[in-house]
Amino acid sequence: MMARKSKASVESTEVLSGENAIQNKEIEGLSQGQIVRKRFFRHRAAVISLVTIITIVIMAFTALDFRLFGIWRVPGWWKWTPEDLPDLRFGDCPNDTVGCPTISLLPKFLGGQGIGLGSHPFGQDDIGRDFFALVMKGTQRSLSVMIIIGGMAATLGIIVGSISGFYRGRIDAILMRFVDFMITIPVIIIGSVIGYRYGNLGATFLAFLLGLFAWTGLSRLVRGEFLSLREREFVDAARVAGATNKRIIFKHILPNAIGVIIVSVTLLLSGAILLETALSYIGFGVVPPDVSLGLLISQYQDSFTTRPWLFWYPGLFIISIALSINFIGDGLRDAFDPRQRRRISKKERQDSATARKLAQADD
Amino acid sequence: MVAFVLRRLGVLGVILFGSSFILYNVAAISGDPTADLRLSTDPNRDYLIASLTRELQLDVPPPLRYFLWLKGVLGVFIGKPNFGMGRDGSAVADSLALAIPVTLRLVFAATLFAAILGIMIGIVTALRQYSRFDYSMTFIAFLLFSLPVFWVAVLLKEYLAISFNNFLREPQIPFSWIIGIGLVSGLFWASVIGGSRKTYWVTYAAAFAISSSLVAVFGVTGWLLNPSLGPIVILALSIGIAFGVTQLSVGLINKAALRASLTMAGLSVVAFYPVNWVFDNYPGALGVFLMACVLITTAVFVGLAFSKIDRAPIVRTAIITAVLSASLVLLDKFMQTWKPYMETDAINYRPVPTVGQRNDILETNDYWISSLDIATHLFLPTLALTLIGFAGYIRFARGTLLEVLNQDYIRTARAKGLSERTVIMRHAFRNTMIPMATILVADFAGVIGGAFITESVFAWSGMGTLALQGIRGQDLNLLMGVFFITATLAVLANFVADLLYSALDPRIRVGSGA
Repeated sequence: MMARKSKASVESTEVLSGENAIQNKEIEGLSQGQIVRKRFFRHRAAVISLVTIITIVIMAFTALDFRLFGIWRVPGWWKWTPEDLPDLRFGDCPNDTVGCPTISLLPKFLGGQGIGLGSHPFGQDDIGRDFFALVMKGTQRSLSVMIIIGGMAATLGIIVGSISGFYRGRIDAILMRFVDFMITIPVIIIGSVIGYRYGNLGATFLAFLLGLFAWTGLSRLVRGEFLSLREREFVDAARVAGATNKRIIFKHILPNAIGVIIVSVTLLLSGAILLETALSYIGFGVVPPDVSLGLLISQYQDSFTTRPWLFWYPGLFIISIALSINFIGDGLRDAFDPRQRRRISKKERQDSATARKLAQADD
Repeated sequence: MVAFVLRRLGVLGVILFGSSFILYNVAAISGDPTADLRLSTDPNRDYLIASLTRELQLDVPPPLRYFLWLKGVLGVFIGKPNFGMGRDGSAVADSLALAIPVTLRLVFAATLFAAILGIMIGIVTALRQYSRFDYSMTFIAFLLFSLPVFWVAVLLKEYLAISFNNFLREPQIPFSWIIGIGLVSGLFWASVIGGSRKTYWVTYAAAFAISSSLVAVFGVTGWLLNPSLGPIVILALSIGIAFGVTQLSVGLINKAALRASLTMAGLSVVAFYPVNWVFDNYPGALGVFLMACVLITTAVFVGLAFSKIDRAPIVRTAIITAVLSASLVLLDKFMQTWKPYMETDAINYRPVPTVGQRNDILETNDYWISSLDIATHLFLPTLALTLIGFAGYIRFARGTLLEVLNQDYIRTARAKGLSERTVIMRHAFRNTMIPMATILVADFAGVIGGAFITESVFAWSGMGTLALQGIRGQDLNLLMGVFFITATLAVLANFVADLLYSALDPRIRVGSGA
């Protein structure tokens, strides 16, 4: 009994050192960035999500006419704009509804209409506007609001967090008490208050204001990282070498904390798009005539039983964006985590064991 | 310790003061309560504006007006809080008193279900790390994470409420559903239990057979219209619970614990008829509470009677078994109420409601029927919040348990020959629970904020609705009243979480140091 157990444990140690050997060999001679990139691209879900989000961004921003700096008009590839009022499509729709989607994904030989978009792939709303154009416009709005909130929150959170964690003392106490105040106010309340008053000034302005209230969680996290990193030897070394505080913060500590920050910012982004859609849904976010995904759902939720496509497509885009960002965040977390061990496949393990045995035999 | 608590409470007071000051001023700057009056063409417009200004003290600038508001709120300490007047002239405190229980009911139920389900699934995913079950649960967790709650709510209303109510008119379960439910349940249980290929398929077949035949029996007997468990099913389930709880808590090898919990399971069933008699003749929460007390006392005595050494775990096992089997009796009572409930005119065989927190036209004096009415109204909103909340618990429980399983003390426990059950349940699970407990408490406060949207979708008149009403109507006192309650709950919950953490984890000492 004893003998068997000890043998098992010896075996498991060997396997462990074998795994270490495989892992170490893989990262030999690579820079940190290369290691992270390599690990990220091995996370299949994260790569699929990255492709999805890039596709959505390109599709949303090229489909409609786009004004570059407000002057040059870049024409979009889609034939309708959200302002066009084409005739409502009657007939061919189930349950005597009008303006149903013309998209068809079922090939002809399976009894479908053949793969094609048709004139209104996502259908039409009650006055005939092309729903694909509306959804693209809404996606543009929601994406840009998300990026602005995320960018504002990241900038503010990193600045406040790093000053607080680096200088400590009185500055830290004041800033962190301020963060405590802000964290107690639910974002949805402050968002509603701001949205009610400033929603009509445009989505961009609203996003900037919301960004002013979304940075608190990140700043606490960055502060924690800075508190531990500033005690490390490389910071002392930099200081002895005569680096200024600014240089130490931006060139020495921040790059070491970047993994935690990036992961947290991606989660913040997916939170931001859900916040924007929720605010627009209860009427405190983006207001008509502007379009956002949350607003579309809120406008057409009552027609769910009769014309469900008006409800499905905006929701599908919100979920795809949020889900992709969450998966990218997960992939980044794995990629930046130094303790992260990849699952070693059976074959690799056997190969390495055989190699080791051969090496031992040579000795 | 006392000094620590007092100092923390002082800090909490300062935080509440600061955040309410910020929100009061932001809200006061962003909205002018007299704006809609200014636009009106009413001949006595100026008089109305003047009276509103006088009532709400609008002539005082916001930073100073805040202190007038604060003075009223601080009346909490002398038992006379004054949250000020709403715009419609009613006291904010009265509206809050109606709204708070509604929101708490929703949040409490949702947090509880989310935590229990999420922790259970999270633990299984950690124990089956990198299995197909783990991957699919991870995907589901991320998917639920990314769902907007209002979107889920509309879907739930359509498919769970309206379609289910339509289905109940003629509850014939189609054959494809029977097979489908069987296949899904087989897949679920086979992946959870795992093991060799043979065990996998045996589990699959067993789960498939059991769930399909159950669903088929439900369909044939019209169980959904008149559900009940009856003493025999309760007995069978209770015995199963007794074995399950004993296995998880102390292991079946502990005969004393097994005997104690089997006795408690038996007692719960023996008490079936007398308890139902009490339910019928003395209905009410008090009766249920008193019987629960009797039950737990009995369980303690039974546990003590069956054990000689190592008494605490055995008593604990007996109590858990007793509570679970007694809940079956309670569940059965609710099931018996289902038919009379559906037959009332207000319900008329459409039991799953889509809006509101209770049925206003339901006229009944029956305690069970009105409780069931509250339960059915809780169903959809709780489900929506639970679905979204429990994804976080799955991820967190999985991560924490994996971290714990990598610790040296787990290896030590395994090395000294403890059974896998003891290692997981005694050494790993308990240490996982320390951060989980604190997250749970803090999350409870967070969900109150998240319930705003849910309340608005399901037309509940809770605190979220009040807050939205306050914002739309530029009703500053109403908004601040809601904020004051939620913020106080939030900071108190964080405080409790800190205390809980130090109570559960002996490595953390409060009061020492600074």
